[in-house]
Amino acid sequence: MEKRVTFKGWLLPLCLIAPQVFISAVFFFYPAGQAVWQSLFIPDPFGLSSRFVGLGNFEYLLGDPYYRSAFVTTAIFSTLVTLTAMVPALFLAVLADRLVKSAGVYRTLLIWPYAVAPAVAGVLWLFMFNTRVGVVAWYLGQLGYDWNHVLNQGEAMGLVVVASSWGRISYNFLFFFAALQAVPRSIIEAAAIDGARFWRRFFTIVLPLLSPTTFFLLVVNVVYAFFETFGVIHTITSGGPQQATTILVYKVFSDGFVGQDLGSSAAQSVILLVVVGLLTVVQFKFVEKRVHY
Amino acid sequence: MAREITGMVERRGMGLWLTHLLMIAGVLVIFFPIWLAFVASTVTQPEIVKPPMPLWPGDRFVENYTAALFSGVNVPVLTMLANSMVMAIGIAVGKIIISLLSAFAIVYFRFPGRNIFFWLIFLTLMLPVEVRIVPTYQVIAGFGMLNSYSGLIFPLIASATATFLFRQFFLTIPDELAEAARVDGARPMRFFWDILLPMSRTNIAALFVILFIYGWNQYLWPLLITTDPSMNTIVMGIKQMFPSGDDVADWPVIMATSILAMVPPVVVVISMQKLFIRGLVDSEK
Repeated sequence: MEKRVTFKGWLLPLCLIAPQVFISAVFFFYPAGQAVWQSLFIPDPFGLSSRFVGLGNFEYLLGDPYYRSAFVTTAIFSTLVTLTAMVPALFLAVLADRLVKSAGVYRTLLIWPYAVAPAVAGVLWLFMFNTRVGVVAWYLGQLGYDWNHVLNQGEAMGLVVVASSWGRISYNFLFFFAALQAVPRSIIEAAAIDGARFWRRFFTIVLPLLSPTTFFLLVVNVVYAFFETFGVIHTITSGGPQQATTILVYKVFSDGFVGQDLGSSAAQSVILLVVVGLLTVVQFKFVEKRVHY
Repeated sequence: MAREITGMVERRGMGLWLTHLLMIAGVLVIFFPIWLAFVASTVTQPEIVKPPMPLWPGDRFVENYTAALFSGVNVPVLTMLANSMVMAIGIAVGKIIISLLSAFAIVYFRFPGRNIFFWLIFLTLMLPVEVRIVPTYQVIAGFGMLNSYSGLIFPLIASATATFLFRQFFLTIPDELAEAARVDGARPMRFFWDILLPMSRTNIAALFVILFIYGWNQYLWPLLITTDPSMNTIVMGIKQMFPSGDDVADWPVIMATSILAMVPPVVVVISMQKLFIRGLVDSEK
Protein backbone atom coordinates (compact mmCIF):
# COMPACT_ATOMS: atom_id res chain seq x y z
CA MET A 1 0.00 0.00 0.00
CA GLU A 2 1.31 3.43 -0.92
CA LYS A 3 0.23 6.98 -0.35
CA ARG A 4 -0.85 8.90 -3.43
CA VAL A 5 -0.16 12.25 -1.84
CA THR A 6 3.44 12.81 -0.85
CA PHE A 7 5.70 15.70 -0.04
CA LYS A 8 8.58 16.77 -2.22
CA GLY A 9 12.23 16.73 -1.34
CA TRP A 10 14.78 14.11 -0.42
CA LEU A 11 17.04 15.76 2.12
CA LEU A 12 14.38 16.05 4.82
CA PRO A 13 13.23 12.41 4.65
CA LEU A 14 16.82 11.23 4.71
CA CYS A 15 17.39 13.27 7.86
CA LEU A 16 14.19 11.90 9.37
CA ILE A 17 15.13 8.32 8.75
CA ALA A 18 18.78 8.80 9.69
CA PRO A 19 18.48 8.18 13.47
CA GLN A 20 16.81 4.84 13.00
CA VAL A 21 19.15 3.78 10.22
CA PHE A 22 22.16 4.81 12.30
CA ILE A 23 21.03 2.94 15.41
CA SER A 24 20.08 -0.14 13.40
CA ALA A 25 23.43 -0.10 11.64
CA VAL A 26 25.56 0.29 14.76
CA PHE A 27 23.64 -1.85 17.21
CA PHE A 28 22.02 -4.31 14.87
CA PHE A 29 23.60 -4.90 11.50
CA TYR A 30 27.18 -4.54 12.59
CA PRO A 31 26.79 -6.98 15.54
CA ALA A 32 24.77 -9.40 13.42
CA GLY A 33 27.46 -9.26 10.75
CA GLN A 34 30.09 -9.76 13.42
CA ALA A 35 28.26 -12.84 14.65
CA VAL A 36 28.39 -14.33 11.17
CA TRP A 37 32.05 -13.32 10.73
CA GLN A 38 33.19 -14.60 14.13
CA SER A 39 31.42 -17.87 13.55
CA LEU A 40 34.05 -18.64 10.90
CA PHE A 41 37.01 -18.25 13.27
CA ILE A 42 38.46 -19.83 16.37
CA PRO A 43 40.20 -17.26 18.58
CA ASP A 44 43.32 -18.46 20.39
CA PRO A 45 43.04 -18.80 24.17
CA PHE A 46 44.59 -15.39 24.79
CA GLY A 47 42.33 -13.59 22.36
CA LEU A 48 45.33 -12.21 20.46
CA SER A 49 44.64 -13.75 17.11
CA SER A 50 42.13 -16.02 15.53
CA ARG A 51 42.35 -18.79 13.02
CA PHE A 52 39.98 -19.07 10.07
CA VAL A 53 38.15 -22.38 10.22
CA GLY A 54 35.40 -21.88 7.66
CA LEU A 55 32.40 -23.87 8.72
CA GLY A 56 34.48 -25.71 11.31
CA ASN A 57 32.58 -24.22 14.24
CA PHE A 58 29.28 -25.37 12.77
CA GLU A 59 30.64 -28.80 12.02
CA TYR A 60 31.89 -29.07 15.55
CA LEU A 61 28.60 -27.86 17.00
CA LEU A 62 26.47 -30.25 15.03
CA GLY A 63 28.65 -33.13 16.18
CA ASP A 64 28.74 -31.90 19.77
CA PRO A 65 26.45 -34.04 21.96
CA TYR A 66 25.97 -31.13 24.37
CA TYR A 67 24.74 -28.86 21.61
CA ARG A 68 22.47 -31.53 20.22
CA SER A 69 21.04 -32.15 23.64
CA ALA A 70 20.44 -28.39 23.99
CA PHE A 71 18.40 -28.61 20.80
CA VAL A 72 16.32 -31.45 22.20
CA THR A 73 15.94 -29.61 25.51
CA THR A 74 14.75 -26.50 23.67
CA ALA A 75 12.21 -28.52 21.69
CA ILE A 76 10.82 -30.16 24.83
CA PHE A 77 10.90 -26.92 26.78
CA SER A 78 9.14 -24.81 24.17
CA THR A 79 6.47 -27.46 23.52
CA LEU A 80 5.72 -27.74 27.22
CA VAL A 81 5.73 -23.96 27.75
CA THR A 82 3.41 -23.41 24.80
CA LEU A 83 0.94 -26.02 26.03
CA THR A 84 1.10 -24.94 29.67
CA ALA A 85 0.61 -21.32 28.69
CA MET A 86 -2.21 -21.86 26.20
CA VAL A 87 -4.50 -24.57 27.58
CA PRO A 88 -5.27 -22.94 30.95
CA ALA A 89 -5.58 -19.58 29.18
CA LEU A 90 -8.19 -20.95 26.80
CA PHE A 91 -10.04 -22.58 29.67
CA LEU A 92 -10.11 -19.34 31.67
CA ALA A 93 -11.13 -17.34 28.61
CA VAL A 94 -14.07 -19.71 27.97
CA LEU A 95 -15.15 -19.27 31.57
CA ALA A 96 -14.78 -15.49 31.41
CA ASP A 97 -16.70 -15.38 28.16
CA ARG A 98 -19.70 -16.89 29.91
CA LEU A 99 -19.59 -14.30 32.66
CA VAL A 100 -20.27 -11.31 30.49
CA LYS A 101 -21.05 -8.93 33.33
CA SER A 102 -18.11 -9.62 35.60
CA ALA A 103 -15.60 -10.63 32.92
CA GLY A 104 -13.92 -7.23 33.17
CA VAL A 105 -13.11 -7.73 36.84
CA TYR A 106 -11.58 -11.13 36.23
CA ARG A 107 -9.65 -9.80 33.28
CA THR A 108 -8.12 -7.06 35.43
CA LEU A 109 -7.09 -9.66 38.00
CA LEU A 110 -5.65 -12.00 35.42
CA ILE A 111 -3.56 -9.40 33.60
CA TRP A 112 -1.19 -8.96 36.53
CA PRO A 113 1.30 -11.75 35.87
CA TYR A 114 1.94 -10.46 32.35
CA ALA A 115 3.55 -7.37 33.84
CA VAL A 116 5.89 -9.46 35.97
CA ALA A 117 9.31 -9.86 34.38
CA PRO A 118 10.33 -13.45 33.56
CA ALA A 119 13.33 -13.07 35.86
CA VAL A 120 11.12 -11.94 38.73
CA ALA A 121 8.69 -14.77 37.99
CA GLY A 122 11.70 -17.06 38.26
CA VAL A 123 12.50 -15.72 41.72
CA LEU A 124 8.87 -16.13 42.87
CA TRP A 125 8.70 -19.75 41.75
CA LEU A 126 12.14 -20.49 43.07
CA PHE A 127 10.96 -19.20 46.43
CA MET A 128 7.93 -21.51 46.45
CA PHE A 129 9.94 -24.57 45.49
CA ASN A 130 13.20 -23.75 47.24
CA THR A 131 14.48 -26.99 48.75
CA ARG A 132 15.16 -25.37 52.11
CA VAL A 133 12.47 -22.77 52.65
CA GLY A 134 9.95 -23.29 49.84
CA VAL A 135 6.38 -23.63 51.06
CA VAL A 136 5.22 -25.83 48.22
CA ALA A 137 8.32 -28.01 48.48
CA TRP A 138 7.70 -28.33 52.21
CA TYR A 139 4.06 -29.38 51.79
CA LEU A 140 5.09 -31.83 49.10
CA GLY A 141 7.54 -33.23 51.62
CA GLN A 142 4.70 -33.65 54.12
CA LEU A 143 2.84 -35.63 51.50
CA GLY A 144 5.85 -37.86 51.16
CA TYR A 145 7.20 -36.39 47.92
CA ASP A 146 10.81 -35.37 48.17
CA TRP A 147 11.08 -32.32 45.89
CA ASN A 148 14.58 -31.38 44.78
CA HIS A 149 14.88 -29.52 41.51
CA VAL A 150 18.56 -28.87 42.24
CA LEU A 151 19.33 -32.54 41.68
CA ASN A 152 16.37 -33.92 39.77
CA GLN A 153 16.42 -33.05 36.08
CA GLY A 154 12.73 -33.66 35.47
CA GLU A 155 11.69 -31.50 38.39
CA ALA A 156 14.06 -28.73 37.26
CA MET A 157 12.48 -28.80 33.81
CA GLY A 158 8.98 -28.82 35.28
CA LEU A 159 9.75 -25.82 37.44
CA VAL A 160 11.22 -23.66 34.67
CA VAL A 161 8.32 -24.61 32.39
CA VAL A 162 5.69 -23.58 34.92
CA ALA A 163 7.55 -20.40 35.87
CA SER A 164 7.93 -19.45 32.19
CA SER A 165 4.31 -20.20 31.33
CA TRP A 166 2.79 -18.42 34.27
CA GLY A 167 2.98 -14.85 32.92
CA ARG A 168 2.09 -16.01 29.43
CA ILE A 169 -1.24 -17.38 30.62
CA SER A 170 -2.35 -13.76 31.07
CA TYR A 171 -1.18 -12.83 27.62
CA ASN A 172 -2.88 -15.78 25.92
CA PHE A 173 -6.00 -15.23 27.98
CA LEU A 174 -6.35 -11.69 26.61
CA PHE A 175 -6.15 -12.87 23.02
CA PHE A 176 -8.46 -15.86 23.49
CA PHE A 177 -10.94 -13.74 25.38
CA ALA A 178 -11.00 -11.08 22.64
CA ALA A 179 -11.44 -13.80 20.01
CA LEU A 180 -14.26 -15.45 21.92
CA GLN A 181 -16.05 -12.15 22.26
CA ALA A 182 -15.89 -11.80 18.51
CA VAL A 183 -17.61 -15.13 17.80
CA PRO A 184 -21.00 -14.22 16.34
CA ARG A 185 -23.73 -14.78 18.87
CA SER A 186 -26.21 -15.88 16.25
CA ILE A 187 -24.18 -18.94 15.26
CA ILE A 188 -23.96 -20.12 18.84
CA GLU A 189 -27.67 -19.59 19.34
CA ALA A 190 -28.54 -21.40 16.15
CA ALA A 191 -26.53 -24.37 17.35
CA ALA A 192 -28.18 -24.17 20.75
CA ILE A 193 -31.61 -24.25 19.12
CA ASP A 194 -30.51 -27.32 17.21
CA GLY A 195 -29.87 -28.89 20.57
CA ALA A 196 -26.07 -28.79 20.65
CA ARG A 197 -24.86 -28.71 24.24
CA PHE A 198 -22.10 -26.48 25.49
CA TRP A 199 -19.11 -28.72 24.92
CA ARG A 200 -20.37 -29.85 21.56
CA ARG A 201 -20.84 -26.22 20.51
CA PHE A 202 -17.37 -25.49 21.81
CA PHE A 203 -15.59 -28.19 19.86
CA THR A 204 -17.56 -27.99 16.61
CA ILE A 205 -18.08 -24.24 16.30
CA VAL A 206 -16.10 -22.10 18.69
CA LEU A 207 -12.76 -23.88 18.50
CA PRO A 208 -12.59 -23.87 14.68
CA LEU A 209 -13.48 -20.16 14.70
CA LEU A 210 -10.64 -19.57 17.14
CA SER A 211 -8.10 -21.30 14.92
CA PRO A 212 -6.50 -18.11 13.52
CA THR A 213 -5.93 -16.84 17.07
CA THR A 214 -4.72 -20.24 18.23
CA PHE A 215 -2.21 -20.51 15.43
CA PHE A 216 -0.99 -17.00 15.98
CA LEU A 217 -0.52 -17.67 19.69
CA LEU A 218 1.23 -20.93 18.93
CA VAL A 219 3.91 -19.13 16.95
CA VAL A 220 4.23 -16.25 19.40
CA ASN A 221 4.53 -18.60 22.38
CA VAL A 222 7.17 -20.71 20.69
CA VAL A 223 9.16 -17.56 19.94
CA TYR A 224 8.71 -16.52 23.57
CA ALA A 225 9.90 -19.89 24.89
CA PHE A 226 12.94 -19.76 22.61
CA PHE A 227 14.14 -16.25 23.32
CA GLU A 228 12.50 -14.59 26.28
CA THR A 229 12.79 -17.23 28.97
CA PHE A 230 16.46 -16.65 29.65
CA GLY A 231 15.66 -14.78 32.88
CA VAL A 232 13.61 -17.66 34.26
CA ILE A 233 16.29 -20.24 33.57
CA HIS A 234 19.12 -18.08 34.80
CA THR A 235 17.39 -17.32 38.11
CA ILE A 236 16.06 -20.81 38.83
CA THR A 237 18.48 -23.41 37.52
CA SER A 238 21.32 -21.68 35.65
CA GLY A 239 20.87 -24.34 33.01
CA GLY A 240 21.35 -27.28 35.34
CA PRO A 241 21.31 -29.88 36.72
CA GLN A 242 23.69 -31.45 34.22
CA GLN A 243 22.51 -29.06 31.50
CA ALA A 244 18.97 -30.43 31.79
CA THR A 245 17.51 -26.94 31.35
CA THR A 246 20.13 -25.45 29.03
CA ILE A 247 18.13 -24.15 26.10
CA LEU A 248 19.81 -22.75 22.98
CA VAL A 249 19.72 -19.10 24.04
CA TYR A 250 21.12 -20.03 27.41
CA LYS A 251 23.95 -21.88 25.73
CA VAL A 252 24.86 -18.87 23.59
CA PHE A 253 25.23 -16.95 26.83
CA SER A 254 27.05 -19.61 28.83
CA ASP A 255 29.48 -20.52 26.04
CA GLY A 256 30.09 -16.91 25.03
CA PHE A 257 30.31 -15.16 28.38
CA VAL A 258 31.03 -17.85 30.92
CA GLY A 259 33.05 -20.20 28.71
CA GLN A 260 34.56 -17.40 26.58
CA ASP A 261 34.28 -19.63 23.51
CA LEU A 262 33.46 -16.80 21.11
CA GLY A 263 33.64 -18.73 17.85
CA SER A 264 31.23 -21.38 19.02
CA SER A 265 28.92 -18.83 20.62
CA ALA A 266 28.84 -16.83 17.37
CA ALA A 267 28.08 -19.96 15.36
CA GLN A 268 25.24 -20.71 17.75
CA SER A 269 23.95 -17.18 17.23
CA VAL A 270 23.93 -17.75 13.50
CA ILE A 271 22.02 -21.01 13.89
CA LEU A 272 19.48 -19.24 16.09
CA LEU A 273 19.26 -16.51 13.50
CA VAL A 274 18.17 -19.13 10.98
CA VAL A 275 15.63 -20.48 13.46
CA VAL A 276 14.18 -17.00 14.02
CA GLY A 277 14.07 -16.47 10.27
CA LEU A 278 12.07 -19.67 9.79
CA LEU A 279 9.67 -18.81 12.59
CA THR A 280 9.17 -15.35 11.11
CA VAL A 281 8.40 -16.81 7.71
CA VAL A 282 5.82 -19.12 9.30
CA GLN A 283 4.31 -16.15 11.10
CA PHE A 284 4.08 -14.04 7.96
CA LYS A 285 2.66 -16.86 5.89
CA PHE A 286 -0.03 -17.07 8.50
CA VAL A 287 -0.66 -13.33 8.54
CA GLU A 288 -1.24 -13.44 4.80
CA LYS A 289 -3.64 -16.30 5.24
CA ARG A 290 -5.53 -14.48 7.91
CA VAL A 291 -6.15 -11.60 5.53
CA HIS A 292 -7.97 -14.00 3.24
CA TYR A 293 -9.76 -15.64 6.07
CA MET B 1 -17.79 -5.35 23.54
CA ALA B 2 -21.01 -5.36 25.47
CA ARG B 3 -23.17 -8.14 24.27
CA GLU B 4 -26.89 -8.64 24.54
CA ILE B 5 -27.58 -11.19 27.20
CA THR B 6 -30.06 -13.69 25.95
CA GLY B 7 -31.32 -16.53 28.04
CA MET B 8 -30.66 -19.12 25.38
CA VAL B 9 -26.99 -19.84 25.91
CA GLU B 10 -26.24 -18.12 29.20
CA ARG B 11 -25.94 -20.33 32.21
CA ARG B 12 -28.03 -19.46 35.20
CA GLY B 13 -28.27 -20.70 38.76
CA MET B 14 -25.96 -23.58 39.54
CA GLY B 15 -24.05 -23.41 36.29
CA LEU B 16 -23.34 -19.74 36.69
CA TRP B 17 -22.08 -20.21 40.23
CA LEU B 18 -19.92 -23.11 39.16
CA THR B 19 -18.37 -20.95 36.46
CA HIS B 20 -17.69 -18.20 38.97
CA LEU B 21 -16.21 -20.73 41.35
CA LEU B 22 -13.86 -22.15 38.72
CA MET B 23 -12.87 -18.67 37.64
CA ILE B 24 -12.09 -17.62 41.20
CA ALA B 25 -10.09 -20.80 41.71
CA GLY B 26 -8.12 -19.97 38.56
CA VAL B 27 -7.46 -16.42 39.70
CA LEU B 28 -6.32 -17.66 43.12
CA VAL B 29 -3.91 -20.18 41.62
CA ILE B 30 -2.48 -17.56 39.26
CA PHE B 31 -2.18 -15.08 42.09
CA PHE B 32 -0.62 -17.41 44.63
CA PRO B 33 3.06 -16.75 43.75
CA ILE B 34 2.56 -12.98 44.09
CA TRP B 35 0.65 -13.39 47.35
CA LEU B 36 3.36 -15.58 48.80
CA ALA B 37 6.06 -13.09 47.81
CA PHE B 38 4.06 -10.34 49.47
CA VAL B 39 3.64 -12.38 52.66
CA ALA B 40 7.35 -13.17 52.70
CA SER B 41 8.12 -9.48 52.42
CA THR B 42 6.18 -8.74 55.61
CA VAL B 43 7.58 -11.36 57.97
CA THR B 44 10.94 -11.99 59.65
CA GLN B 45 13.76 -14.11 58.32
CA PRO B 46 13.39 -16.81 61.04
CA GLU B 47 9.72 -17.22 60.13
CA ILE B 48 10.72 -18.05 56.58
CA VAL B 49 13.74 -20.29 57.13
CA LYS B 50 11.78 -22.51 59.51
CA PRO B 51 9.19 -23.95 57.11
CA PRO B 52 6.37 -23.82 56.62
CA MET B 53 6.28 -20.05 56.48
CA PRO B 54 3.00 -18.32 57.35
CA LEU B 55 0.48 -17.70 54.56
CA TRP B 56 -0.86 -14.51 56.08
CA PRO B 57 1.09 -11.18 56.14
CA GLY B 58 3.09 -10.33 59.24
CA ASP B 59 3.85 -6.95 60.78
CA ARG B 60 7.31 -6.30 59.35
CA PHE B 61 6.15 -4.52 56.21
CA VAL B 62 7.69 -1.14 57.05
CA GLU B 63 10.97 -2.59 58.36
CA ASN B 64 11.57 -4.90 55.42
CA TYR B 65 10.71 -2.38 52.73
CA THR B 66 12.77 0.32 54.41
CA ALA B 67 15.71 -2.09 54.61
CA ALA B 68 15.33 -2.98 50.94
CA LEU B 69 14.82 0.55 49.64
CA PHE B 70 17.57 2.26 51.58
CA SER B 71 20.22 -0.37 52.10
CA GLY B 72 19.40 -3.41 49.98
CA VAL B 73 22.05 -6.12 49.68
CA ASN B 74 24.70 -4.81 47.28
CA VAL B 75 23.11 -1.46 46.55
CA PRO B 76 19.94 0.31 47.77
CA VAL B 77 16.89 -0.85 45.85
CA LEU B 78 15.96 2.79 45.38
CA THR B 79 19.02 3.15 43.12
CA MET B 80 18.02 0.10 41.11
CA LEU B 81 14.46 1.41 40.79
CA ALA B 82 15.78 4.71 39.46
CA ASN B 83 18.01 2.89 36.95
CA SER B 84 15.11 0.76 35.76
CA MET B 85 12.94 3.84 35.42
CA VAL B 86 15.53 5.64 33.30
CA MET B 87 16.06 2.55 31.15
CA ALA B 88 12.36 1.79 30.61
CA ILE B 89 11.39 5.38 29.85
CA GLY B 90 14.50 5.86 27.71
CA ILE B 91 13.68 2.81 25.61
CA ALA B 92 10.01 3.71 25.26
CA VAL B 93 10.56 7.38 24.41
CA GLY B 94 13.61 6.77 22.23
CA LYS B 95 11.94 4.09 20.20
CA ILE B 96 8.77 6.10 19.75
CA ILE B 97 10.66 9.19 18.56
CA ILE B 98 12.91 7.48 16.02
CA SER B 99 10.05 5.33 14.73
CA LEU B 100 7.65 8.25 14.33
CA LEU B 101 10.24 10.13 12.29
CA SER B 102 11.22 7.23 10.08
CA ALA B 103 7.65 6.09 9.52
CA PHE B 104 6.77 9.63 8.49
CA ALA B 105 9.66 9.66 6.02
CA ILE B 106 8.77 6.27 4.57
CA VAL B 107 5.06 6.94 4.16
CA TYR B 108 5.01 10.58 3.10
CA PHE B 109 8.07 10.92 0.89
CA ARG B 110 9.56 9.35 -2.20
CA PHE B 111 13.30 9.56 -1.91
CA PRO B 112 16.24 7.65 -3.30
CA GLY B 113 16.94 4.46 -1.38
CA ARG B 114 13.53 4.48 0.28
CA ASN B 115 12.85 0.84 -0.44
CA ILE B 116 16.28 -0.28 0.67
CA PHE B 117 15.93 1.56 3.96
CA PHE B 118 12.49 0.14 4.40
CA TRP B 119 13.73 -3.43 4.04
CA LEU B 120 16.77 -2.82 6.20
CA ILE B 121 14.55 -1.60 8.99
CA PHE B 122 12.16 -4.44 8.39
CA LEU B 123 14.97 -6.98 8.81
CA THR B 124 15.63 -5.80 12.37
CA LEU B 125 12.22 -7.15 13.31
CA MET B 126 13.61 -10.61 13.13
CA LEU B 127 16.51 -10.74 15.53
CA PRO B 128 16.06 -10.42 19.28
CA VAL B 129 18.99 -9.05 21.26
CA GLU B 130 19.45 -12.46 22.91
CA VAL B 131 20.75 -13.82 19.63
CA ARG B 132 23.43 -11.24 19.00
CA ILE B 133 24.56 -10.63 22.56
CA VAL B 134 28.27 -11.26 22.23
CA PRO B 135 28.98 -8.93 19.28
CA THR B 136 26.58 -6.29 20.60
CA TYR B 137 28.40 -6.45 23.90
CA GLN B 138 31.70 -5.92 22.06
CA VAL B 139 30.31 -2.88 20.28
CA ILE B 140 29.13 -1.34 23.54
CA ALA B 141 32.42 -2.15 25.25
CA GLY B 142 34.29 -0.61 22.30
CA PHE B 143 32.34 2.63 22.70
CA GLY B 144 33.09 2.63 26.43
CA MET B 145 29.36 2.42 27.08
CA LEU B 146 29.47 -0.34 29.71
CA ASN B 147 27.77 0.73 32.93
CA SER B 148 26.01 3.62 31.26
CA TYR B 149 22.41 4.46 30.50
CA SER B 150 23.10 4.86 26.82
CA GLY B 151 24.59 1.36 26.78
CA LEU B 152 21.45 0.05 28.42
CA ILE B 153 19.09 1.86 26.11
CA PHE B 154 20.43 2.09 22.55
CA PRO B 155 20.84 -1.57 21.60
CA LEU B 156 17.26 -2.20 22.69
CA ILE B 157 15.70 0.49 20.55
CA ALA B 158 17.26 -0.95 17.39
CA SER B 159 14.14 -2.78 16.34
CA ALA B 160 11.44 -1.93 13.88
CA THR B 161 8.21 -3.01 15.58
CA ALA B 162 7.22 0.55 16.40
CA THR B 163 8.18 1.85 12.95
CA PHE B 164 5.93 -0.75 11.44
CA LEU B 165 3.05 0.13 13.65
CA PHE B 166 3.24 3.82 12.84
CA ARG B 167 3.60 3.05 9.16
CA GLN B 168 0.42 0.98 9.25
CA PHE B 169 -1.38 3.74 11.09
CA PHE B 170 -0.18 6.55 8.80
CA LEU B 171 -1.38 4.59 5.80
CA THR B 172 -4.92 4.67 7.18
CA ILE B 173 -4.94 8.47 7.49
CA PRO B 174 -6.97 9.98 4.66
CA ASP B 175 -4.90 11.46 1.84
CA GLU B 176 -7.08 14.58 1.87
CA LEU B 177 -5.38 15.79 5.03
CA ALA B 178 -1.92 15.81 3.49
CA GLU B 179 -3.37 17.21 0.28
CA ALA B 180 -5.02 20.09 2.16
CA ALA B 181 -1.83 20.78 4.05
CA ARG B 182 0.11 20.88 0.80
CA VAL B 183 -2.38 23.18 -0.88
CA ASP B 184 -2.20 25.51 2.11
CA GLY B 185 1.53 25.63 1.59
CA ALA B 186 2.27 23.95 4.92
CA ARG B 187 5.74 22.52 5.09
CA PRO B 188 6.06 18.78 5.80
CA MET B 189 7.20 19.23 9.40
CA ARG B 190 4.27 21.53 10.07
CA PHE B 191 1.95 18.77 8.84
CA PHE B 192 3.80 16.31 11.06
CA TRP B 193 3.46 18.46 14.19
CA ASP B 194 -0.01 19.87 13.70
CA ILE B 195 -1.85 16.94 12.15
CA LEU B 196 0.00 13.65 12.24
CA LEU B 197 1.24 13.82 15.83
CA PRO B 198 -2.11 14.76 17.42
CA MET B 199 -3.82 12.03 15.40
CA SER B 200 -1.31 9.44 16.61
CA ARG B 201 -1.83 10.23 20.28
CA THR B 202 -3.63 7.01 21.19
CA ASN B 203 -1.19 4.86 19.24
CA ILE B 204 1.73 6.56 20.91
CA ALA B 205 0.25 6.01 24.36
CA ALA B 206 -0.56 2.36 23.65
CA LEU B 207 2.93 1.77 22.36
CA PHE B 208 4.42 3.52 25.35
CA VAL B 209 2.73 1.06 27.70
CA ILE B 210 4.06 -1.94 25.80
CA LEU B 211 7.57 -0.55 25.44
CA PHE B 212 7.77 0.55 29.04
CA ILE B 213 7.08 -2.99 30.20
CA TYR B 214 9.45 -4.40 27.62
CA GLY B 215 12.23 -2.11 28.84
CA TRP B 216 11.49 -2.56 32.52
CA ASN B 217 11.51 -6.35 32.27
CA GLN B 218 14.83 -6.68 30.43
CA TYR B 219 17.17 -9.09 32.13
CA LEU B 220 20.00 -10.47 30.02
CA TRP B 221 21.21 -7.19 28.59
CA PRO B 222 21.54 -5.28 31.90
CA LEU B 223 23.08 -8.42 33.40
CA LEU B 224 25.88 -8.26 30.85
CA ILE B 225 26.68 -4.61 30.70
CA THR B 226 26.14 -3.36 34.25
CA THR B 227 29.02 -4.78 36.24
CA ASP B 228 28.91 -1.83 38.63
CA PRO B 229 26.15 -2.54 41.22
CA SER B 230 25.13 1.11 41.26
CA MET B 231 24.02 0.72 37.61
CA ASN B 232 22.03 -2.48 38.18
CA THR B 233 18.40 -2.47 37.21
CA ILE B 234 15.98 -3.92 39.69
CA VAL B 235 14.90 -6.90 37.59
CA MET B 236 18.45 -8.15 37.16
CA GLY B 237 19.53 -6.96 40.59
CA ILE B 238 17.30 -9.42 42.47
CA LYS B 239 19.35 -12.39 41.36
CA GLN B 240 22.50 -10.57 42.50
CA MET B 241 21.04 -10.41 46.01
CA PHE B 242 21.32 -14.16 46.47
CA PRO B 243 24.53 -15.13 48.24
CA SER B 244 26.87 -17.22 46.14
CA GLY B 245 27.95 -19.79 48.73
CA ASP B 246 25.98 -21.72 51.28
CA ASP B 247 24.82 -18.61 53.10
CA VAL B 248 21.12 -18.22 53.63
CA ALA B 249 19.51 -15.64 51.41
CA ASP B 250 17.91 -12.62 53.06
CA TRP B 251 14.43 -13.66 51.93
CA PRO B 252 12.31 -10.84 53.38
CA VAL B 253 14.45 -8.20 51.67
CA ILE B 254 14.68 -10.18 48.42
CA MET B 255 10.93 -10.69 48.33
CA ALA B 256 10.29 -7.03 49.16
CA THR B 257 12.53 -6.18 46.20
CA SER B 258 10.61 -8.59 43.96
CA ILE B 259 7.36 -6.90 44.90
CA LEU B 260 8.92 -3.47 44.27
CA ALA B 261 10.17 -4.72 40.90
CA MET B 262 6.67 -5.60 39.76
CA VAL B 263 4.82 -2.59 41.10
CA PRO B 264 5.64 -0.07 38.33
CA PRO B 265 4.78 -2.34 35.36
CA VAL B 266 1.67 -3.66 37.12
CA VAL B 267 0.49 -0.13 37.88
CA VAL B 268 1.06 0.86 34.26
CA VAL B 269 -0.81 -2.18 32.94
CA ILE B 270 -3.76 -1.95 35.30
CA SER B 271 -4.22 1.81 35.09
CA MET B 272 -3.96 1.87 31.32
CA GLN B 273 -5.65 -1.45 30.69
CA LYS B 274 -7.56 -0.37 27.61
CA LEU B 275 -4.50 1.19 26.00
CA PHE B 276 -2.41 -1.78 26.99
CA ILE B 277 -4.69 -4.33 25.37
CA ARG B 278 -4.92 -2.18 22.29
CA GLY B 279 -1.15 -1.84 22.14
CA LEU B 280 -0.72 -5.55 22.62
CA VAL B 281 -3.09 -6.49 19.85
CA ASP B 282 -1.68 -3.84 17.53
CA SER B 283 1.96 -4.64 18.06
CA GLU B 284 1.46 -8.32 17.34
CA LYS B 285 -0.45 -7.80 14.13
